[in-house]
Amino acid sequence: MTTREFVRVALFAAIIAALGLLPKIDLPIAAGVPVTAQTLGVMLAGVLLGPRSGAAAVVLFIAVVALGAPLLAGGRGGLGVFFGPTVGFLLGWVPGVIVTGLIFRAFPKLPAGISAAAASILGGIGVVYACGIAGLVLTTGMPLAKAALASLTFLPGDLLKAIATGVVVAAMPASARMRASVPQP
Amino acid sequence: MIAGYLACPTWLHRVPAGLKLGAITVLSLLVLPVMDWRVLAAGLVLVLVIYASLGREALRRLALLKPLMPLLLAIALLQGWLEAWPAAAASITRILLMVLVASLVTFTTTMQSMIDVLAPVLAPLRRLGLNPRMPALAIALVLRFVPVLLSAWQQREEAWRARTGRRASIRLIPSFIAEALRMADQVAEALDARGFNTRPSVHHLPGDKP
Repeated sequence: MTTREFVRVALFAAIIAALGLLPKIDLPIAAGVPVTAQTLGVMLAGVLLGPRSGAAAVVLFIAVVALGAPLLAGGRGGLGVFFGPTVGFLLGWVPGVIVTGLIFRAFPKLPAGISAAAASILGGIGVVYACGIAGLVLTTGMPLAKAALASLTFLPGDLLKAIATGVVVAAMPASARMRASVPQP
Repeated sequence: MIAGYLACPTWLHRVPAGLKLGAITVLSLLVLPVMDWRVLAAGLVLVLVIYASLGREALRRLALLKPLMPLLLAIALLQGWLEAWPAAAASITRILLMVLVASLVTFTTTMQSMIDVLAPVLAPLRRLGLNPRMPALAIALVLRFVPVLLSAWQQREEAWRARTGRRASIRLIPSFIAEALRMADQVAEALDARGFNTRPSVHHLPGDKP
């Protein structure tokens, strides 16, 4: 890992935090529904940093939250989060970001926006929800089907964020995108 | 931002961080098989007594649980309706108990002593060819970047609002991130210029075993 990659990992952990702390942002593609952008940051980390550094950024973010910084959306943080019912969704970001990064890298021929949105849906939603639902079942003892059903409430918002990831990546200056994903010598 | 740490010193502040972390690990394993909600409720009362013993500031922190409540209520109703009410009561009190206990550690332990507890765990990084000082620096960088990014965002948002009169839009994000990446690269250059290395240093301090 170069110093450059190292600082980018720290930067993306901070971007995930900052996007969660911002006031809600309008999504024009969804008739201006306001959403918190924290999961958008996670999806972007996978796409822009790739699986390895992206996972490092998410692990670093989760570590800083565990140490007591109130950086989760809505100003939550501390060790209490790790014993709450939604812990699976938080820890699921790690495999989620790896899968997002791997899928985005696997389709270099597709337009960047489309492969970023697809990678975010599979990794940032599919994998994260699988972990989140498992966490709900383990912490509350709910039956699997019910836990899955309860999680569906968050699906529309997260689908919008996956599409937003595609929009953001497509609009990124190509130089920033390339420099972010190609390892420097 | 809601600060996690309670600045007024209490008896729990004096307990070593490692001991507190060990205690919540043991406790989380102990409460997992308990299915009787009355036992868990008794534990919950005990935890609330500990909060009360820490003073009014600590009790006020209980308000931080508010965002968790709608979710817990939904889980309780769903589980009570579909299965049994005692099971629902047990899982809710177990979650509340553990969240409150774990939050106690966060309220009474400084971030620095938490990092110090982690240091021995991170020492084997050297064997992976990574500088063992990296995690602490990474945490410091994140904590420094967050306010910088927030104020950078605020400037963009104000400019956007002045131009359009509307709320911040996702259109602001691409250039925001591109600029943040440029800033990160400048920080990396500055670190390099000061001799920072992501690999463990080959020089050993006197008395260090090679």
